[in-house]
Amino acid sequence: MLQATRQSGITETTYREAVREAIRDALKRDDRVFLMGEDVGRYGGCYAVSKGLLAEFGSERIRDTPLSESGFTGAGIGAAMGGMRPIVEVMTVNFSLLALDQILNSAATIRHMSGNQFGVPLVIRMATGAGRQLAAQHSHSLEGWYAHIPGIRVLAPATVEDARGMLWTALQDPDPVLIFENVMLYNMTGTLVADAGPVDIAKAAVRRTGSDISLITYGGSLWKTLEAATQLAAENINAEVIDLRSLRPLDDATIMASVNKTRRAVIVDEGWRSGSLAAEIGMRIVEQAFWEMDAPVGRVCGEEVPIPYPSHLERAAIPNAAKIVAAAKAALGRD
Amino acid sequence: MTAFRMPSLGADMETGTLVEWLVKPGDRVKHGDIVAVVETQKGAIEIEIFQTGLIEQILVGTGAKVPVGTSLANVLSDEEAKAGTAAAVVPEAGAPPFAAIAVPRRSVGPPPPPIVVPPGAEGRMRVSPAARRFAQRLGIDLAAITGTGPASAIIRADVERIQAEAMPPKPKAAIGLNLDAMREAIAAAMARSKREIPHYYLQHDVDVTLCEEWLARTNAARPPDSRLLLGALVIKGVALATRRFPAFNGFYREGKFEPAAVIHVGVAIAIRGGGLAAPAIHNVDRLSLDDLMVRMRDLVQRTRAGRIRGSEIADTTITVSSLGERGVESLYGVIYPPQVAIVGVGKATSRPRVVDGHVAVRSIVTVTLSADHRASDGHAGALFLANIGKLLQEPEKL
Repeated sequence: MLQATRQSGITETTYREAVREAIRDALKRDDRVFLMGEDVGRYGGCYAVSKGLLAEFGSERIRDTPLSESGFTGAGIGAAMGGMRPIVEVMTVNFSLLALDQILNSAATIRHMSGNQFGVPLVIRMATGAGRQLAAQHSHSLEGWYAHIPGIRVLAPATVEDARGMLWTALQDPDPVLIFENVMLYNMTGTLVADAGPVDIAKAAVRRTGSDISLITYGGSLWKTLEAATQLAAENINAEVIDLRSLRPLDDATIMASVNKTRRAVIVDEGWRSGSLAAEIGMRIVEQAFWEMDAPVGRVCGEEVPIPYPSHLERAAIPNAAKIVAAAKAALGRD
Repeated sequence: MTAFRMPSLGADMETGTLVEWLVKPGDRVKHGDIVAVVETQKGAIEIEIFQTGLIEQILVGTGAKVPVGTSLANVLSDEEAKAGTAAAVVPEAGAPPFAAIAVPRRSVGPPPPPIVVPPGAEGRMRVSPAARRFAQRLGIDLAAITGTGPASAIIRADVERIQAEAMPPKPKAAIGLNLDAMREAIAAAMARSKREIPHYYLQHDVDVTLCEEWLARTNAARPPDSRLLLGALVIKGVALATRRFPAFNGFYREGKFEPAAVIHVGVAIAIRGGGLAAPAIHNVDRLSLDDLMVRMRDLVQRTRAGRIRGSEIADTTITVSSLGERGVESLYGVIYPPQVAIVGVGKATSRPRVVDGHVAVRSIVTVTLSADHRASDGHAGALFLANIGKLLQEPEKL
């Protein structure tokens, strides 16, 4: 079920189209798969991801739901336990908190509570992140909270290839998988081989190799981090950029291999700093690579405020290339 | 507080290795003091400081190879030093025992979150875990190492550097005289010169009989070590002619000629075993012949010992090359970029010459000019050479 192989031409596509193609492919391949969520049908999804799918697959498989996250997520869990392979779309991670009880107390727990009699092969997709001026109730990055929960897998596709490929692999998982799509990525274009398909979801990816510092990130921050790495290269600092891809479980091996090489790390995470995923990664580095470090582990996180509505404040509240460059240089003792 | 930085000791220098500190934190320094020795491709160079004050902190340890412009030490002005002492004596009441030390950084865009390096316990060295373990394995004493990491922490690379130094005695060619590196530097500079500089060449025979007679008279009463040499007269003559012809004194940089306000004459000095350096004697036009001779002797000695000062190789404005004693009659030099001229001085030979309508045996030196055609033309070059010749007819006025 790994990598698409034969390369039969390369097409340019957007992240949004790649997610839609992944859903369409899953719907075609497996008739147990269906999509459900707010406005996914007639409206085409609030980020237009599912546009056209209702016409193509019908209202049985593309299901509009009431504004009731707890209700339809619970319905998805029940369907999964009953043998279906649902894809539940939650409009944003902020709204998913209404379904947190279902996700934590039901989906993540039932295999354990039932003595392995039941599993929940459910995929929940949701949008995350700031940058679209949707203010403090639609813009947070709470994927780190979900990465805290045993019993589920948490993915963060940052490239069109992963947007296209992660869904099918996730649907094969016997347990719940949450996929976080950063809202700033939907319009991003990238190239896909014509027969692009499922990808591995267990490993982090080294998106840029380097020798001086490891910049560890995921999702929407990947592109800011790569931009920072380019700026650092101009100052003779050779940064390695790691795209985590999977936030739970974390691919410690890839992280430590990089840090053991560079001896320095900065973690870039749009979530709030305190108790963040960045904090967890930093702690693992201390646990596993302390003796190899040449500098304190650095972090570039979201400011600890509700994401502001005004565009300039919103931008200032989340990581950017300049902050990443500064943190990397501090770790190198360069000013 | 100001930073004392790795100086640029020539257009091609990118990095220098700090081989010796001649000062330590707490030392007073004044403008012109020699504070460190830096090894470059040209050899070990003594580096002067141009600040006056107190060395607060040494930032780069011996053995470290750092880019030009890197801060090597912090220097406190006298006022700052006084203020600092006062603060140390009277600590602010109620101050927290350990203030957080923010790693300084250049601000780019919105202020990044402060990366705070927690201070170590009192009197404890700041050493990265990687450096600590590595040093332990090799049995290296961390106290001897100066850190280059964040907040001057010792990092693994610092230990590696010390280890490299402690390695079985590198065949340490007399400190600073690395002839291979010097050969490389010469190759780079000369190749660049011939690639970029459109040289033109002129030659002029100068009758130095009067100079030799004057020297014989002047030196007769002197002990050997204070006698003047013909070479000093020629260098002085070149410097004085340069004053009248500024197009041969300065630098060609970024597409244009910048005349220099001072006349620092580089003197090409051959080094035994091969190699060549052309350190400068400063303000030659204003030196007496005696002073000039003292400087020349000192320079030759130090250059051959591999101890040249930074300011002597960084700011040469014109070079004089002489192979006289080796017995060639004329030589045409290759300009050392970014300079624009080099004067070649041949050996003095007895040649027949018409003087006052009669053939006479005179002592003749062939003086040549290689000049950058971007900065000057042959006509000016001819006048320049002729002026040198003219000045050498009145040695007592030099």
